[in-house]
Amino acid sequence: MRTGLGGIPRWVAAIAAVGALFVLLPLAAMTTRVNWAEFLPLITSESSVAALLLSLRTSLAATALCVLLGVPMALVLARARFRGQRILRALVLLPLVLPPVVGGIALLYTFGRRGLIGQGLEVLGVSIAFSTTAVVLAQTFVALPFLVLSLEGALRTVGTRYEAVGATLGASPTTVLRRVTLPLVLPALLSGAVLSFARALGEFGATLTFAGSLQGTTRSLPLEIYLQRETSPDTAVALSLVLVVVAVVVVGFAHRAGAGVHLSAGLRS
Amino acid sequence: MTLQFDARVGERGFDLSFRVAPGETVAVLGPNGAGKSTLLNLVAGLLRPDAGRATLGGEVLFDTAAGAFAAPHIRGISMLAQDALLFPHLSVLENVAFGPRSAGVRAAAARSAARDWLAEADALELADRRPAELSGGQAQRIAVARALASEPRLLLLDEPMAALDVSVSPAIRRMLRRVLADRAAIVVTHDILDAFTLADRVIVLDGGAIVDGGVTAQVLERPRIRFTAGLAGLNLLTGVRTVGGLVGDDGVELRGAAAEPVAVGARAAASVRPSAVEVSLLEPDGTRNRMRGTVRDLEPRGDLVRVRTEVLSADVTPARAAELDLAAGTPVWLAFPEKALSVYPAG
Repeated sequence: MRTGLGGIPRWVAAIAAVGALFVLLPLAAMTTRVNWAEFLPLITSESSVAALLLSLRTSLAATALCVLLGVPMALVLARARFRGQRILRALVLLPLVLPPVVGGIALLYTFGRRGLIGQGLEVLGVSIAFSTTAVVLAQTFVALPFLVLSLEGALRTVGTRYEAVGATLGASPTTVLRRVTLPLVLPALLSGAVLSFARALGEFGATLTFAGSLQGTTRSLPLEIYLQRETSPDTAVALSLVLVVVAVVVVGFAHRAGAGVHLSAGLRS
Repeated sequence: MTLQFDARVGERGFDLSFRVAPGETVAVLGPNGAGKSTLLNLVAGLLRPDAGRATLGGEVLFDTAAGAFAAPHIRGISMLAQDALLFPHLSVLENVAFGPRSAGVRAAAARSAARDWLAEADALELADRRPAELSGGQAQRIAVARALASEPRLLLLDEPMAALDVSVSPAIRRMLRRVLADRAAIVVTHDILDAFTLADRVIVLDGGAIVDGGVTAQVLERPRIRFTAGLAGLNLLTGVRTVGGLVGDDGVELRGAAAEPVAVGARAAASVRPSAVEVSLLEPDGTRNRMRGTVRDLEPRGDLVRVRTEVLSADVTPARAAELDLAAGTPVWLAFPEKALSVYPAG
């Protein structure tokens, strides 16, 4: 690979370097505070392990829920045509720009004990607020737009020409979806799912508001870190590092899956 | 399996009806925007007409009066586009097996059928490749096999050779001629050669309507209207039949051979190839047919220059065009031999 600035002015590159430092320096600063001697015991303490496992479990469940709901949503937004489509898209992507704590309050008034749906569920003996289910719902709420957005873009890029060919070859709409559309956007689906997982893993505000902070039930890793910051900064730093490592792995994976999207897009012409 | 088609699409000014007989191949000619793609998309079911009715073998494709519309996948009509559009995530064999699989054939049987169709398309050795590993000509070959493997009742071809390198299109054209011989098909093309090679009949579209049509050779070798003559690359002259040729509408006497009998005194048309027409500044000697004209424009075409006048077009060498110092507005003489003019009944 040839290296070089590619015609960019030096001063632009210099500012870009400052920007990169701004992102990387805090992470480096944090690693300097890690108590390496105690690192393993800190992250394997009972409360740490409980938080870590809870986070993984709920994030995976939230990702599955995102795929389940998000794939049909992306398909409708990218392929169907109906009145109010643009408004619907804007509203669906709202959690992306909403403060998570606001999302948590909104969920509370929907699924909470006195919420819009929660009241009815309460009668049936189902209580969602302040349970592990609430954590999953909060994470899904904030992570869903990531999947919808990346998949919808990929669907538009791939276009409908292959789908039209599939239909004229005798494939029903469901067969076209299963054998043509989804395989073509699989890389985007994977990278979208990975981004959703990452967003779910980092969820804090909505979870705290809607699910609370009960060890082993709703206290996910970010909540545990925030709590430990007061009493045991070493634990907070150690767990933060674990989250950073997970995030780096996730970003790397999403990046590779994303490269696959460009590859398949390039094959079309 | 007869196709009966009648449809209107308001916003595109599309309004036409035609039929395709069993086993017949119909070429659709016309300039860009004439409605050729609209026609194919309507037949395939990728577009809904505002009004109209179409049937294939008696089954309704659409009938706006009855509110009926058959989805593309149940029509039994497959489409071959300019680009092969092979599914990039499937092997060549799986691409060809896609149609049979969609029809509910089991995987093993579908693959064996796919092999047969690949053999038919002379491409069996490509079965295990990925579409990304194919050349344009190979990909189009596979696309033909894939379209045939779904055993369509009607095949639609949308400029199947347009995106191919000129070096491979003859082979594809030959294969298409073989597979279309006894199949009902509609071929959209702007290439006269495709129409001659593949089609029994042509229809000529302009502005969403049929302006001409008939048996291929008849329509393209003896055009009745200027528009078709332009597509076929011929000069069209109209007038009244004389014993030795015809008197043009502008009063010029021309001599030529009758390609079809026309009674003396009846309306007649005549065509002459631009390559048979010579251009000079002074009146030519001899007994050749001659007309006066004024140059409208010059268009380079490969190793020749097409000189257009208000009466005829002529193909001359660049050297000749330079020697005569031709430009728009230059008055010229146009001459062509008697045997170059073919006379036939006017439309």
